[in-house]
Amino acid sequence: MTEKIATRQAYGEVLAELGKEYDNLVVMDADLSGSTKTAEFGKVFPERFFNMGIAEQNLYGQAAGLALSGKIVCASTFAMFATGRAFEIIRNAIGYTQANVKICATHAGITVGEDGATHQTFEDMALMRTIPGMTVISPSDAPSAKKLIRQAVAMDGPCYIRLGRAAVPVFYGEDDDIQLGKGNLIRDGKDLTIIATGIMVSAAAEAAERLSEQGIQARVIDIHTIKPIDEEIILKAAAETGRIVTAEEHSVIGGLGDATAHVLATGCPVPMAMVGQQDTFGESGKPDQLLKKYGMTADDIVAAAVGLMK
Amino acid sequence: MNNKELEAKAREARILVIRALNQAGSGHPGGSLSIADIMTFLYFEEMNIDPGDPEMAGRDKCILSKGHAAPAQYAALAIRGYYPEEDLLSLRKLGSDFQGHPNMDYVPGIEMSTGSLGQGFSAAGGMALANRLDSDPGRIYVFLGDGELQEGMVWEAAMSASHYKLDNLVAIVDHNGLQIDGKNEDVMTVAPIEDKFAAFGWHVITIDGHDFDQIRKAFAEAREVEGKPVVIVAETTKGKGVSFMENQAGWHGKAPDDEQTRQALEELKGGEQA
Repeated sequence: MTEKIATRQAYGEVLAELGKEYDNLVVMDADLSGSTKTAEFGKVFPERFFNMGIAEQNLYGQAAGLALSGKIVCASTFAMFATGRAFEIIRNAIGYTQANVKICATHAGITVGEDGATHQTFEDMALMRTIPGMTVISPSDAPSAKKLIRQAVAMDGPCYIRLGRAAVPVFYGEDDDIQLGKGNLIRDGKDLTIIATGIMVSAAAEAAERLSEQGIQARVIDIHTIKPIDEEIILKAAAETGRIVTAEEHSVIGGLGDATAHVLATGCPVPMAMVGQQDTFGESGKPDQLLKKYGMTADDIVAAAVGLMK
Repeated sequence: MNNKELEAKAREARILVIRALNQAGSGHPGGSLSIADIMTFLYFEEMNIDPGDPEMAGRDKCILSKGHAAPAQYAALAIRGYYPEEDLLSLRKLGSDFQGHPNMDYVPGIEMSTGSLGQGFSAAGGMALANRLDSDPGRIYVFLGDGELQEGMVWEAAMSASHYKLDNLVAIVDHNGLQIDGKNEDVMTVAPIEDKFAAFGWHVITIDGHDFDQIRKAFAEAREVEGKPVVIVAETTKGKGVSFMENQAGWHGKAPDDEQTRQALEELKGGEQA
């Protein structure tokens, strides 16, 4: 059985390493440090850890001030409150100033599970994508999350890093090459391409396996950097396979699906289908049950792919 | 600088504010004029800064959380020698460094891009935290409007500054009593301002924001406070120095036309002989 680790767990671990490498790294939270895993950093570097309490607007305002004073700031809370409640602070105090803040938000998407609709965000990438100069990262598993967080901390400027609550299959090996801004070819194929992000990458790989049993050879690409998106790999896939299915644990409005459609519409229009949250709110339940009910499983990707082949 | 000299600098700043707003054809005279005296004191007396080296290590920083009063800070920076005064006459025009609300990337001496109320105050708290972490002696000064206190984020930031005992942070509340839609108490009561900040754990000083003796004394007292952030509640007159703008909410966000500008400059320059 495949090992499963939550991307937030990877975040906590890599933070403790990065704290030793960067003495100007500061970590902040809004009373969720046990859940976001920033508490791990707080234990080792208490003088560089600031809990701002349940006050997300001030969390990101203070983060901007620290970053503009020369700190690298990783500021965490749940994705819903980071990108929703604090959106305008992130836009004006972090985006407009290009402050070196890494918005490392956990509990994104429906796999938040039992907490239900108020805590399940499908809008976060859409919101962050609209801010000029904001890098948007959506890792698919724990090893790639670690590598991408490292690269985000090493670059200057604001980043949004989307992390999950649930343990998800470990997909990449330690030696796999993961480069910010570059899509990863997971599997080659000639009939269509599944472009996936976050936890839907492993579902896409599983879907491709099942499609091959039906004689459909699907290419699979992990787009872990939603912005700036790897246009080259998407346009090449469209030109060579002629059909695209996108898969994301996010609204089909404003996320990977829209970002891909934008690239295709202006570069190489081909038939497409979008797997994701279909413009509706979530509810309480176990992550697997919710993914099934809201249409974000390998089965849903297979169905979308088969539909495109007709 | 003695009070007479400070008064002369503040008058110069007000004149520049009126000229720039007239050229711009839009902007915020009321809240710019009300903070002109304290802004002058900060840039000519209080702050450790160097116009020749705007990014000097260890400098003090002034953040305008009430960013719409940008002309007051632009004018103080110009008169202090950061750039020629005439540059400010491009205020609010396409391609100008002098944006309607301050942009830190364009104007030397501006430490934070502000304009959306509440955010500058929060960022100032972050800067004070950073300075303490770095044992940087720089102090952080931040201007808030009284209407701005209606923003919830202000109180989040007030709570955290006190929690983290930021005694290198001084907030100045420009209490002119007016906001866009009218008097504070008619729009949304902010009083009692002093009690609110005291309850949030701040050291509170109340002064007449146009009296340089009181201003001087307040900032001296602020330096002595340990373990707490300091708020100076400055009782001010919106539109101070121009008779027809004083205490008029209508002059919050409207530029003077040529005739009004002539009259305003005449009044302000008349003060030079007084």
